[in-house]
Amino acid sequence: MRVVLAEDLALLREGLIRLLEANEFVVVEAVDNGPSLLQALIRHRPDVAVVDVRLPPTFTDEGLRMAIEARTQIPGLPVLVLSQYVEPLYAQELLGDRRGGVGYLLKDRVSNVASFIDAVRRVAAGGTAMDAEVIGAMLSRRTADEPLASLTPREIEVLALMAEGRSNAAVASRLFVTEKAVGKHTSSIFTKLGLEQHTDDNRRVLAVLAYLNPNN
Amino acid sequence: MSDLSRRPGRFALVGWSTGFVFSGAVGALLMALSIVAIVLVPVVVGVLMLVVLVPMTRGLARWQRGWASRVLRHQISSPYLVAGDRRGKDLVRFYGSDIASWRDLAWLAVSLVVGVLTSAIYLGLLAVAVFFAIYPWLWAITPPGTFNADFGFFTVRSQSTAFLAMPLGAAVFGLWSLIGRRVMSYRARIDQALLSPTESAALKVRVQHLAESRADAVDTQAAELRRIERDLHDGAQARIVALGMSLGMAEEVLASDPEAARDLLVEARTSASAAMAELRSLVRGIHPPVLADRGLDGAVRALALASTMLVKVEVNLSGRLPAPVESAAYFCVAETLTNVVKHSRAPSAEVKVYHDGASLFLETRDVGVGGADQTKGTGLRGIARRLSAFDGSVSVTSPIGGPTVVHMEVPCVLS
Repeated sequence: MRVVLAEDLALLREGLIRLLEANEFVVVEAVDNGPSLLQALIRHRPDVAVVDVRLPPTFTDEGLRMAIEARTQIPGLPVLVLSQYVEPLYAQELLGDRRGGVGYLLKDRVSNVASFIDAVRRVAAGGTAMDAEVIGAMLSRRTADEPLASLTPREIEVLALMAEGRSNAAVASRLFVTEKAVGKHTSSIFTKLGLEQHTDDNRRVLAVLAYLNPNN
Repeated sequence: MSDLSRRPGRFALVGWSTGFVFSGAVGALLMALSIVAIVLVPVVVGVLMLVVLVPMTRGLARWQRGWASRVLRHQISSPYLVAGDRRGKDLVRFYGSDIASWRDLAWLAVSLVVGVLTSAIYLGLLAVAVFFAIYPWLWAITPPGTFNADFGFFTVRSQSTAFLAMPLGAAVFGLWSLIGRRVMSYRARIDQALLSPTESAALKVRVQHLAESRADAVDTQAAELRRIERDLHDGAQARIVALGMSLGMAEEVLASDPEAARDLLVEARTSASAAMAELRSLVRGIHPPVLADRGLDGAVRALALASTMLVKVEVNLSGRLPAPVESAAYFCVAETLTNVVKHSRAPSAEVKVYHDGASLFLETRDVGVGGADQTKGTGLRGIARRLSAFDGSVSVTSPIGGPTVVHMEVPCVLS
């Protein structure tokens, strides 16, 4: 799988390259600033991009903005954004085009290699990988607002795990229930959120989006 | 601050000028008592009297200042030096050293004369107009002849001639509309001359304010640094020490007991994650990254998104604020939202941010239970302290039953 990597700190960049290549990814280009990231993404059209939020020249959210910009030019380009901190606002912006193939993780999640690699693969396959901390911040919101108000607490739990990017099987093992039970919950969630007519992958993304952005 | 957007109307001024007749009388009494008290200062009773009289005079002056500010549509600021916690003789001596106290006395005298005179003109003209306007009815309901009169250019002898007084009433009303307000604004200008700070007094007040807000700012800064030091020491630093220990132990047992070494490495990784989490929350408290990334606009939106209730955000800024103001504004909005969640029991809140070319305005509004008291909440006092470093201010209106509106203002320029 071909990866474009953007990380300005050489130490971390080398580390990430090593980590990705050890797991059968091919890093086609590793850049250290925003503008070259955009060029690289458009030139290589990688299977997935792994991008640090804070990049030169502005050292603000350059990485995020370039990733969103690239996705307007190459719709659905899978992007996994890494950051020292997570901001629900950014998660919302990343998911804003409703196409999936988006991840947003804390940088230190990289230290759990297996789950990080899993997240990269999931994003490359068009799924989502949202950091538990984003989900946690959202979970503290009152869910008095439509359309989430109609979900049961259990369904909210399932939706939260889905938002992190977990499969039905993973959700099942996490909640100590059968996969079939999870399937029931998810289809009930889709019905309540009015997402019956979409394909399963897209529905998951849209459900997550409804969850992350209840004001929409 | 009085609402300067609307001048008191013609008829509102009727109420005011009636009030001024009474306030003139009260003022005369205050002045007389103050003079007696000043004479009696050598004996203790004078001091006791002044401790009461001066604040009363200032109260009356403040009321007048508010009115004059509205008439002139120009905020007349308070001229008094802050007395702090002085008491008794000290306080009276301090009052004596404040030129504004003496100017207040002069104002009492002037307001007795000018105030009553202007009020008399204002009310008198209107009364005459009304009197003439209802002249025909007066003529009709009184025994014939009671209101017969000679007006010079016409005489009233009958019901029909009594109607001739009405145009005269209209003329007087016209005169009243024409000059009445002007008379009242003369009065306001005289009030302004005596009740606004002299230039040197204004500077003194300003210097006092600056000294206080600077001391506050330094204190706050120092407390912040202490908190950061403590958080680093107890949090991330301790975690990293633990991490080092786990790694050290893992190194020792690596050859003899790989299984134990593995557990220790897992432990080390957990410590590293925990240290990161603590550093993250610390950084957020110092300067939220989203504020650096997106400025106040994005940061307030992020706050709204992270809040446990529904927050509607409206930001209207045409440029970037100076960084220190931006940061203070962010923390103030955050504080008000925390307050709404904690106290208001409101289902939602609204935040407005805008800049009028001279000042930044922040407004948080909720329809909760109300009853917030600016003098009691430490949160609101914290906001006032934070903003005072930039000459900003905060005002709260929160009647019991709501809605609560926290209005913050910081003079600054956009870049």
